[in-house]
Amino acid sequence: MSERFLITGAQLPSGERTDLLLDGGVIAEVGSIADAAGATVVDAAGLIALPGLVDLHTHLREPGYEQSETVLTGTQAAAAGGFTAVFAMANTSPVADTAGVVEQELSLGRAAGYATVQPIGAVTVGLKGEQLAELGAMAQSRARVRVFSDDGFCVFDPLLMRRALEYVKAFDGVIAQHAQEPRLTQGAQMNEGALSGELGLAGWPAVAEESIIARDVLLAEHVGSRLHVCHVSTAGSVEVVRWAKARGIDVTAEVTPHHLLLTEELVASYDPRFKVNPPLRRAEDVEALRAALADGTIDIVATDHAPHPIEAKECEWDAAANGMVGLESALSVVHAAMVDTGLIGWADVARVLSETPARIGRLAGHGAPIAVGAPAELTLYDPSASAEFDLARLAGRSVNSPYLGRTLPGRVVATFHQGYATLLDGAVRPADEVARHAAERLEVLRG
Amino acid sequence: MRHLLSTRSLSRDDAIALLDVAEDMAAVQEREVKKLPTLRGKTVVNLFFEDSTRTRISFEAAAKRLSADVINFSAKGSSVSKGESLKDTAQTLQAMGADGVVIRHPASGAPQTLAMSGWIDAGVVNAGDGTHEHPTQALLDAFTMRRRLHGAASRGRDLGGVRVVIVGDILHSRVARSNVWLLATLGAEVTLVAPPTLVPVDVSGWPASIGYDLDAALATMPDVVMMLRIQAERMQGAFFPNSREYARTWGLDDARFAQLPTTTMVMHPGPMNRGLEIAARAADSPQSTVREQVANGVSVRMAALYLLLSGEREVAR
Repeated sequence: MSERFLITGAQLPSGERTDLLLDGGVIAEVGSIADAAGATVVDAAGLIALPGLVDLHTHLREPGYEQSETVLTGTQAAAAGGFTAVFAMANTSPVADTAGVVEQELSLGRAAGYATVQPIGAVTVGLKGEQLAELGAMAQSRARVRVFSDDGFCVFDPLLMRRALEYVKAFDGVIAQHAQEPRLTQGAQMNEGALSGELGLAGWPAVAEESIIARDVLLAEHVGSRLHVCHVSTAGSVEVVRWAKARGIDVTAEVTPHHLLLTEELVASYDPRFKVNPPLRRAEDVEALRAALADGTIDIVATDHAPHPIEAKECEWDAAANGMVGLESALSVVHAAMVDTGLIGWADVARVLSETPARIGRLAGHGAPIAVGAPAELTLYDPSASAEFDLARLAGRSVNSPYLGRTLPGRVVATFHQGYATLLDGAVRPADEVARHAAERLEVLRG
Repeated sequence: MRHLLSTRSLSRDDAIALLDVAEDMAAVQEREVKKLPTLRGKTVVNLFFEDSTRTRISFEAAAKRLSADVINFSAKGSSVSKGESLKDTAQTLQAMGADGVVIRHPASGAPQTLAMSGWIDAGVVNAGDGTHEHPTQALLDAFTMRRRLHGAASRGRDLGGVRVVIVGDILHSRVARSNVWLLATLGAEVTLVAPPTLVPVDVSGWPASIGYDLDAALATMPDVVMMLRIQAERMQGAFFPNSREYARTWGLDDARFAQLPTTTMVMHPGPMNRGLEIAARAADSPQSTVREQVANGVSVRMAALYLLLSGEREVAR
């Protein structure tokens, strides 16, 4: 297949209609393009063109948990969801706490070719919260790690958190904190409130998140460091982040698609598909998170794509794993929760799902506005389609989606990474084709 | 009735109908031959993921007196630690032709998961799930109250106006939850008394009033005082300083018991911690219903199994 694409009649986030020529890994032309010999024509009438989406929070599970996901299948899910870059969380086995592991992930991502895989490094050795991992070695490795996170666990020790925040300043890194006070959430199963009391499930109180965020923004202020807060889930957390930003503290925050759409009421079914950490919260929290994303208090949407095998969810609630797959559904969920509600427009979607996550993660080559010379990282989205979200929409190895059976708006039609297609006509391109294109791009880049 | 998973979802009419059938079953228990042929050929499995000899033998006696075949399946330990999933266990029971499954499980919601999963066609009776519900305990408690209050004239009656004080670890008690829903459905006025650490954070939606002062609650001269068991593991959880302070503040000791009217029933789901939540004098007094509760448990469980398993099974959903 050709590596030149002529995309006709696409609507840019600004609302403007244009043709786009992808050639040589960049957007070669924008405007009314009459002639593009040899290019594959993609009719994008009625479709929105977004800069390729960037997910700052993805669990790819490889190495170690390949029964749930691999770098290949996870990035196929990314392509299906319109993502061209994913930040791979460190809770693999072995943990991504050394240069060797992050370089391995980088290589796996490059070989698969569906998206840029940017490894995240662990903050502490083995995610144990006891001693700093080799942050500098990971930063200086081929993987050029800039985001560090013990996600799944909170960096609870305040002194260790302080040191981590300080240390990564040397290479413009950021600590992405999983804000969860461990003592207040021992055995926690769902949001603590009226419903947890009724269902007899151990509560995960909002204060356990809010108190850590409050501590961390104060630490970041004290040492003059950059902090990123993962999966903010409560109205109180929004208030803390808003306060910190007003004070000039260098903090960014993310919200997951599921916390923008789903509420704890779903837990009453005891259906483990709805079990996630942090847990689904109240409708008031959802409202506050939406408002915060709209007004910029929350900077980005990140999926927390967390694949699990079937048996980890086909069981009683307490025994089930936390997590939901989210790459394939993210754009439709943001569309439903934020665009259809009139809170944000498509330019904001480009900002919260591409531009800002790339900037927070210091990822070059992604998140740039669609313009001549920009990298050919592009997503075409059909906002008019509305359909029941079904298994056919899932492209990763796991099927633990909370949206199965639910009607969602929109559909990702095509995704272009480094100028070649990873998704066309709503279908993920074959692995061998994508790998071949990726190898060719690597050759070109190496000269 | 297809399953008995909670009292939350039980209507007043269904609850009274079940208590009335239990009256019939209790009448049978007074005969020389205590056995009915009703469930002959049916198989009831007692699936216990948690030790509870009392509840298991109560269900076993109930099923046997209805002539059902009983299989006791002890699967102690969580499904994860045991290595066999709830799904595999359920499918094993399905393959053996279980008509009814009585399940006790440490995880809240496990009976509902079992009933709604499609893994099994059997009727499911919740015999206590985590800190969620224990519906047959609440039903036998209501049955016991109704009998004490109305004797032979109990049939068809609810518990309108009956004032019940439930004391102890509300937070972790499936007995308290099932009782709150059922007693409210039957018209009783429920007051919960506990240390604030042992009350769920938000009970504003519960059909009960909440208090921290046991003496004040007892001074209202309630019709029923139900003492809940304090589990040993709560001593380590910083829920209260120590057992002496708990007994002094929230225990039904001799002095408190002496102030109650002689008509006030003293209930306990058992097993009792004598000297902690309840003094021996109260537990052994004529006002105590503890032994009646055990006897009535068999009648109520017979009624539940009868309503679930006799006749044609309703087709699943």
